[in-house]
Amino acid sequence: MSPDFLIALTMLTNFTLVATSRVNKAIQLAVFQGILMGLIPLAMGLGKHLHILLLALVAIALKGGFIPYLFRRALRQVKIRREVDPYVGYTVSLLLCAAGTGLSLVLAHALPLKAGTTPTFLVPAALATLFTGFLLLVSRRTALTQVVGYLVLENGIYLFGLLLVEEMPVLVETGILLDLFVGVFVMGIVINHIHMAFDSTDTGFLAELKD
Amino acid sequence: MALLLILLPLLAAALAVFIKVPAIRVRVLPVTALLHLGLLLVVLRGWRELPHNAWLGLDALGGWVLLVISVLFTICALYAPSYLALRPDRDHRVFSVCLLAFLGLASLLCLARHPGVAWVALETMTLTTAPLIYFNHNRHSVEATWKYLVLGSVGIALALLGTLFVAYAAHMGSLEEPLHYTRLMAEGERLSRPWLRAGFVLTLVGYGTKMGLAPLHSWKPDAYGETPGIVGALLAGGVTSCAFLALLRIYGVVAAAGEGAFARELFLGFGILSMAWALVFMVGQVDFKRLLAYSSVEHMGILVFGIGIGGLAARFALFHLAANALVKSVLFLSAGNIHRSYASKQLPQVTGAIRRTPVSAGLFFLGFLAITGLPPFAPFISEFNIASAALTLGHPILGTLFLLLLGGIFLTMSDTVMQVVFGVPSPQRVRTPYKDTFATTAPLVVAMVLALGLGLHLPAPLRAMLEAASRTIDGAPPVRSGKVAEVPRGLAPTEVRP
Repeated sequence: MSPDFLIALTMLTNFTLVATSRVNKAIQLAVFQGILMGLIPLAMGLGKHLHILLLALVAIALKGGFIPYLFRRALRQVKIRREVDPYVGYTVSLLLCAAGTGLSLVLAHALPLKAGTTPTFLVPAALATLFTGFLLLVSRRTALTQVVGYLVLENGIYLFGLLLVEEMPVLVETGILLDLFVGVFVMGIVINHIHMAFDSTDTGFLAELKD
Repeated sequence: MALLLILLPLLAAALAVFIKVPAIRVRVLPVTALLHLGLLLVVLRGWRELPHNAWLGLDALGGWVLLVISVLFTICALYAPSYLALRPDRDHRVFSVCLLAFLGLASLLCLARHPGVAWVALETMTLTTAPLIYFNHNRHSVEATWKYLVLGSVGIALALLGTLFVAYAAHMGSLEEPLHYTRLMAEGERLSRPWLRAGFVLTLVGYGTKMGLAPLHSWKPDAYGETPGIVGALLAGGVTSCAFLALLRIYGVVAAAGEGAFARELFLGFGILSMAWALVFMVGQVDFKRLLAYSSVEHMGILVFGIGIGGLAARFALFHLAANALVKSVLFLSAGNIHRSYASKQLPQVTGAIRRTPVSAGLFFLGFLAITGLPPFAPFISEFNIASAALTLGHPILGTLFLLLLGGIFLTMSDTVMQVVFGVPSPQRVRTPYKDTFATTAPLVVAMVLALGLGLHLPAPLRAMLEAASRTIDGAPPVRSGKVAEVPRGLAPTEVRP
């Protein structure tokens, strides 16, 4: 598979993510995108470096296996199936996501790439994915969808990291792995303490403190 | 030797895991804090000699920030045993371990000579401070921890992308690893401008979230409101200072590459916005811990505003870092005492605290006077000099706005503070056994005296360090041994020397 195809799929996943109201489906899409993240470096031919191969495998294992497992456990505990009353509606989210993707293309155009870099779509895709994650984080009410947003945002950084991973493996890989670990840690908090502190049908979950 | 600054607190943290007796475990905190401070004072004598390619080392800027954090931590650690004794219901093993780990990571950040190492330190610090916010284990503290973690990790993720952008800027200029700050600054003209600018914007937003600059501060009032005062003090003076340092390091690279003007404009915008935002949310704020959180947003604004003005104001922004940390520790710890005494942190319940807890309420009031910039406390020196630098270095409108905002914040803050301290005691007040004791107030008095002392006189070695640190910010490479290069700059003649 060509890396461009996988990158295009990633960007399509972004659009589906912001348009879905079901928490379950959002999680499945995030898992799908996570697996794409593992495949892209392999498609780019970076698998010849052992450390990048390992990075890709860790990405697939965590994003495609462990994190969804945590999500399913959390879903069993809270009876939230649907994103009720998001701060920004789905149609508007979709339009914003499209605008963000367009803006990413413009921005990426202004950032010169080193000669001979392929695939050239990596930077706009990274920025668009980052933007999608950010959009999900700020526009959704339930904690689980916000975690999905964080994972998507992280995917954006991962995509950009692939540009540099051959030259500066330590910087990129430490960053990406530590970020992933934080994602898992945050998930852990949600799962372990949802039950203790919250009524499971509570949709105003984690939204009591305000001025 | 410098490495010990990192290892000592981390080893103490590991030790604290295994100590079973709570009474002994809490003693580890003050002992480690004092050892760390002593060690730092020894190491700081060598800040002038820093090898070019060192991965870890203290320069003037890192040394200054670490000194501030170490003093703040010592004050909090001396306060901790008496505070934890008031909370026998809560197990504090995780709490002690996380506090000590925080000190180790703050040292790592201040010593880091590479943007990647600094990022790792700050990311790990976010994780270790989260359990501190969760100390009370109730639904409000879960929510506050959650917001802190989510916003903090988004910020830190953006900062990672920004760091990668800066690395790509170097890669475009055929600079490869190891990209130490010194190397990035020395080879500034080779960095690709578009990537550097984009990288700076991302790091500003990322580390700015961690600092709590408006509009990315929304975790702050919740986190500071729901944690014990001691954690509030460490967050407001320690974690935010660390994020500020990480941002200043990137700014130094940007300034060395000749893009300083671009970065300073952004700093000015974020600074004024944070101060204005804080002012708006302070109006009618009945929760005095949240009030302090907005005050922290304001002071982060003052810090970046000072850097944005540059020159003399940048030096006083660094001075303000120390002034803010000291006074914030007084405010948060005394607010914590008042909170203990009334079992509430909101206005109708807590009024006239000067009668029930005279020492804590008195210190809270003095802290309020100091933080809002009344002479002769340290924040007055920095706020006055930043304002006068703004007015004389070609920003008359922003300088005036800065002064107006300070005045407005004084007025709105005084409204709540006066009621808490001097108001008529409320009939709804609750009786609690808490009384001010020597152990819960002495560390605060020390901090207050330090804030006053710093306002009256800045010792010569500290002054030299501060001057060298402000040169590093503006993009000059760190000073080599002996040669203190004088960089000519348009110093305002009205400098008020502490």
